Amino acid sequence: MSADPRAPERPSGNELELRGITKRYPGVVANDRVDLTVRSGEIHAIVGENGAGKTTLMSILYGLIPPDEGEIRLGGEVHRFASPRDAIDAGLGMVHQAFKLFPSLTVAENVVYGDEPRRRGLVDRAKARRDVAAIAAEYGLSVDPARRVEDLPVGVLQRVEIIKALYRDARILILDEPTAVLTPQERDALFVVLERLRERGHTIVFITHKLGEVLALSDRVTVLRDGRAVAELVTAQTDEHEITHHMTGREVALTQRPAERTPGEIRLEVRGLRVEQGDGPPLLDGVDLEVGAGEVLGIAAIAGNGQNELVESLVGLRTPDAGRVVVDGQDITTDTVAARRRAGVAYIPEDRHRVGTAGAASTRDNLLMSYQRESRFQRRRWLDRGAVDEHATRLIDGYRIRVAGLATPVGTLSGGNLQKIVVAREVEHDPGVLIAEQPTRGVDVGAIEFIHERLVEVRDAGAAVLLISAELWELRALSTRIVVLFEGRLVGTFDPRTTDEQTLGLAMTGASQASGAGPGAHR
Amino acid sequence: MLSGLLDVALLDSVMRALIPILLAALGGMICERAGVFQISLEGLMLIGAFAAVAGSFAVGSALVGVLTAAVAGALVSLVLAYGTVTRGGDAIVLGVAINLLALGLTSFLIAQLFGVRGVFQDPGIVGLQRFAIPVLSDLPIVGSALFRLTPIATLALLLVPVLWVWLFRSASGTRLRGVGERPEAAATLGVNPVRTKYLAVAASGVLAGLAGAQLSLGNVVQFSENMSSGRGWIAVVAVLLGRAHPVGVLGACLLFGVAEGIGFRLQGQGLPSQITDALPFVVTLIALAVARRRFKRVLELTAA
Ligand SMILES: Nc1ncnc2c1ncn2[C@@H]1O[C@H](COP(=O)(O)OP(=O)(O)O)[C@@H](O)[C@H]1O
Ligand SMILES: [Mg+2]
Repeated sequence: MSADPRAPERPSGNELELRGITKRYPGVVANDRVDLTVRSGEIHAIVGENGAGKTTLMSILYGLIPPDEGEIRLGGEVHRFASPRDAIDAGLGMVHQAFKLFPSLTVAENVVYGDEPRRRGLVDRAKARRDVAAIAAEYGLSVDPARRVEDLPVGVLQRVEIIKALYRDARILILDEPTAVLTPQERDALFVVLERLRERGHTIVFITHKLGEVLALSDRVTVLRDGRAVAELVTAQTDEHEITHHMTGREVALTQRPAERTPGEIRLEVRGLRVEQGDGPPLLDGVDLEVGAGEVLGIAAIAGNGQNELVESLVGLRTPDAGRVVVDGQDITTDTVAARRRAGVAYIPEDRHRVGTAGAASTRDNLLMSYQRESRFQRRRWLDRGAVDEHATRLIDGYRIRVAGLATPVGTLSGGNLQKIVVAREVEHDPGVLIAEQPTRGVDVGAIEFIHERLVEVRDAGAAVLLISAELWELRALSTRIVVLFEGRLVGTFDPRTTDEQTLGLAMTGASQASGAGPGAHR
Repeated sequence: MLSGLLDVALLDSVMRALIPILLAALGGMICERAGVFQISLEGLMLIGAFAAVAGSFAVGSALVGVLTAAVAGALVSLVLAYGTVTRGGDAIVLGVAINLLALGLTSFLIAQLFGVRGVFQDPGIVGLQRFAIPVLSDLPIVGSALFRLTPIATLALLLVPVLWVWLFRSASGTRLRGVGERPEAAATLGVNPVRTKYLAVAASGVLAGLAGAQLSLGNVVQFSENMSSGRGWIAVVAVLLGRAHPVGVLGACLLFGVAEGIGFRLQGQGLPSQITDALPFVVTLIALAVARRRFKRVLELTAA
């Protein structure tokens, strides 16, 4: 950090106070008498697991949803926001978790939308561009005001959102999980901007569930758990451990050691798998894999090195151009997805919204999906509603899925809860081979721990687990072996106990074609 | 043979076909831009045609007839706005319902109010006057067809550039496009999507109503059952084909206008009217087939 963010001469009035904010949804209390105090000129982090009520609280503050109870005070005065317009007029600006931009409009048009400078009855586009460029220059938010938003990468979109708030003279800037969609470089750039904003006297409310960010950036922290504000901490006087404890209400251990016993018989075997692409080099170029019972094989690869094609070939979303996939001695290379699932292949897909679940379908149906033909869910060839409901209820309880009811469409659930639904469905049907693709991406630390425990259970029950993850610590924590995939080829096998992240990272760039020869690295 | 087709009479019938379609399509375009799929143009036009005749006949003034048509179109269109925007209903189902309602209601009212079946014609109905634009209307051939127009027709043609500038350069037009694209984003900036959509639908009701008035007080001076006869549907296609852009919509409407004009002419030369009447619809089908991809995309956007 450049300057000491906690300099004592900082103005210390309370810029913003929420008192007793309560919001109930059918079956859930999203916010339960939440108090929040944000001081003038500070960066205030709000942390909490998925579904803790962070977004709800901020939406209430911003006038998007009315609270059932409670009041909002700005500079000591009580405000009632009937719409975002009122909140904007009171000096609030919000960067939403899902960006609120118009793709076909330009950056400048997006920024001035609703508060347009005018000339002779029309929008003064030249002035709009100048204003945007001026704000961009002042805060180091580089954007081209004339570009169409649909052509811009997410990092830039976020800058546009921040400029939108500043254009409306926001003194208090709320950012809802701003780093979830950013690359590490974009995140660092954002932090520089936020610090500059603080220097200029802006107050920042920053929502996240990544503790590293909280510690690096914030002055104070409010922790939400199950809709309640459970702690208000001074960042300088706390640590990761304490915050995690408040977030989850228990001790969390994110280290699962790999099983010590040696893997059993081979359950998943891949031979000479090849996937061509038009005129370019093959996407998969003769991949051989063996995964035994009770083993987790980790696959490390930079995005786009063939891991997607490998997974698609295994689960039946793609037919490879050459090679074989064998599960428990049975060749499934050309089988349908349904046949593979009957053969015991389960799949936790990377995209839980589009592939893993059906957003408009109920929680009950999402938990059943693709197992509806099993005899235990049928009675005289019709679905047995009793059995289906019992199954869903059992999983919801067992996985602590926070959802209003069995009939709730899963599209409304937070990311962590949705992921638990996918994991519950795939794991509970006793798979022989589990393909887990980014199983904890974007979920909070409590859910990560929970999902890891389930993966370990599956492993210990004798399944072969293939783990694809962009998080090297996750691969190291769970895998029995790690193989590196580079440009469609396996370029190394590593023992997670003796390999550090640097070595893996280097191998992933194709720098080293040699295998890390740790003990037990080869079968 | 073609050279014989291109003359004053042909230009005139092209314009007669063009104006009602264009007005309705511009209304549909505004809705499309606001994110409401407007397929009740046919019904609104028919209501407008009826209301125009009724208003004009009752008061003896074409102006009153035109205003009645605009108000009637707007009122009926609010059914669509309420159903889709407020209640979240399906725009296609509601649009079809409005079209059926309009057909039944006007057929019923013509019998109830005027005691006739099928056609209501009376010297008491005051039609729209055409007025000549000085100088331009004296041009050979095109002059009298293009520059001796009813006020509604003049308005329709003026609306093309006006809406173009409005949609893309004015604050309210840009806001409307934003609402159509991302209503929730508009809401976070204090622009009310519900209000915007209501206004857009009401505007389309006014324009389709005026299109009807042009049919029943401009092209002819009478009301006949189902006199919109598919023009509203063609307007819906014109919106999609013209990509909801004023110039594109004008182009698409011209295509249909020319097809209808030629059909009319061929009929005069002895072709059976069943064939010539079908011409604009055949053109519609061909245009749709050619633009199928684009059409699908617009539908997807509307659905999203
Ligand atoms: N519109 C809604 N209808 C019903 N339940 C909702 C709605 N919005 C949020 N919830 C529920 O309220 C709780 C808090 O959600 P949210 O504020 O989005 O959490 P966070 O942002 O901390 O992940 C969750 O259990 C969520 O399912
Ligand atoms: Mg959230």
